[in-house]
Amino acid sequence: MQTNVLEYLEQTVFQVQDKVAFANESEGVTFAEVYRNARSIGTFLNRRGYTREPVVVFMQKHPKTIVTFFGVVYSGSYYVPIDEEMPKHRIELIFKSLNPRAIICDEVTEEMVKEFVYAGQVYRYEQMIQTEPDEDMLGDIRRQAIDTDPVYIVFTSGSTGVPKGVMACHRSVIDYIESLSDVLEFNRETVFGNQTPLYFDACLKELYPTLKFGAATYLIPKSLFMFPVKLVEFLNEHKINTICWVVSALTMISAFKAFDKVKPEYLHTVAFGSEVFPIKQFKIWRETLPQVKFTNLYGPTEATGMCCYFKVDRDFEPDEVIPIGGPFRNTEILLLNEQGQEAKPGEPGEICVRGTSVTLGYYRNPEKTAEAFVQNPLNTAYPEVIYRTGDIGRRNARGELLFISRKDYQIKHMGHRIELGEIEVVVNQMDEIKSACCIFDDDKKKIVLYYVGEVTAVEVAVYLKERLPRYMIPNVIRVLHTMPLTPNGKINRVLLKQKYMNQQ
Amino acid sequence: MEALLEILKGLHPEVDFETCDTLVDDKILDSFDIITIITEINTEYDVAVPAEEIIPENFNSAEALYDLVERLQDED
Repeated sequence: MQTNVLEYLEQTVFQVQDKVAFANESEGVTFAEVYRNARSIGTFLNRRGYTREPVVVFMQKHPKTIVTFFGVVYSGSYYVPIDEEMPKHRIELIFKSLNPRAIICDEVTEEMVKEFVYAGQVYRYEQMIQTEPDEDMLGDIRRQAIDTDPVYIVFTSGSTGVPKGVMACHRSVIDYIESLSDVLEFNRETVFGNQTPLYFDACLKELYPTLKFGAATYLIPKSLFMFPVKLVEFLNEHKINTICWVVSALTMISAFKAFDKVKPEYLHTVAFGSEVFPIKQFKIWRETLPQVKFTNLYGPTEATGMCCYFKVDRDFEPDEVIPIGGPFRNTEILLLNEQGQEAKPGEPGEICVRGTSVTLGYYRNPEKTAEAFVQNPLNTAYPEVIYRTGDIGRRNARGELLFISRKDYQIKHMGHRIELGEIEVVVNQMDEIKSACCIFDDDKKKIVLYYVGEVTAVEVAVYLKERLPRYMIPNVIRVLHTMPLTPNGKINRVLLKQKYMNQQ
Repeated sequence: MEALLEILKGLHPEVDFETCDTLVDDKILDSFDIITIITEINTEYDVAVPAEEIIPENFNSAEALYDLVERLQDED
């Protein structure tokens, strides 16, 4: 029985030693190098006393970063990837909850860490891989490990202004990788083109199947996602045949008619998720690439990446949505109504996840964990935790699950999950701000901020850029004399949204 | 040019678009911005930017972008 994600690497490395496992546009690492260097890093860290604790990986997107993740797991600790473009203020917030003792950097981020409030150690990849792997030590670490130990923590937007760290264990990751690999039919010939950042769980789709099958992953430079023709040329140059991207990355290619100039020649598997795929754009993809298998994926970070899939098997009308289908093997989806009972056929309910894919919860945050990771209300016989996603769904006449909306103010913007409340908390921290409210323009996919205060929109924008990741910066910032309120004295979001949409 | 600067200012009010010529190189614009710019240019100037023109050189400065718009208008 497999109990550790690293067994994927250990089972394939000697069959594909010299094959490139992870690469970017200019360099790559072979499976032999991944194996050697990850064990060096594991030895280096464990020898210095780091084990069963969070180790921050603060590196730019690079094959070395991935090797470092595995190195941290070899040491018996769990990795915490941090976005190098994230503002200092937000990283410090994360450090406050994490209190890490070790950070692994590259040449660029090493300089950035010097500016942080941080008292622990900083290590470099190049330094750690000088260490000779210690087989006895690594063997002992493995014997003491169990499959409910964490693999990683990834941070996701929190409505109180503090990001939440979601922790997933080996068993959940293995469960996910096995199910996903079955559905998308990965194999040794699979060549992934990675789009998603390494600091989210989304990249699990490429990293672990690459190890499991001895496949290959190309990290696509972020800048190419602005230039559709170059992006498709990159896919062709590296013979990429499998992509698991957010919808906005796919629609960028189709909406700008890049297929008129160049078509992906090797592509046979396209998985998409995180947002609703507009049917008009989806049709362009399907008609351009009739040989490609398209799969819609759905799932929250708290259920280890994805937990539902739908293999697109038919055409859809422009007013229809592509279903999220049904759960992966070994996962069950419950649709619960407000009374905590199962929704009747066709009725909406909150999507709740039951199974091994449910993660361990939020790091050092028992309150938030208790709100979302709850006892299954349908089971009064023994302890059983399910995850309440906050997403509302229903089943169609075919029994397929459909996503309808959110229960709260969480949105999906360019594939990122954002709590509008987190943006508002940061805006309200500005001295001059009296009141602030964010709404989301679902048509044009813009975050709109309304505020009251003696400060210009430019000053607000500058302030926010220092404190929030760029995908959370409002696309439209407008000042108001007074904030519209509901009879109860709360900000009238509905009215603000109507007002904004009417002006468009 | 005025209308184009308006569009750009709407995206990043704190950037001096009249002088900056490294909008792409310095990662000032991201993919969302590019999509927005192309959509709004279409509305404002009634030109569709073809895929082969969506390249870094055309988006690095307001001037380059304006040249592109004029070129596309002439082709009509």
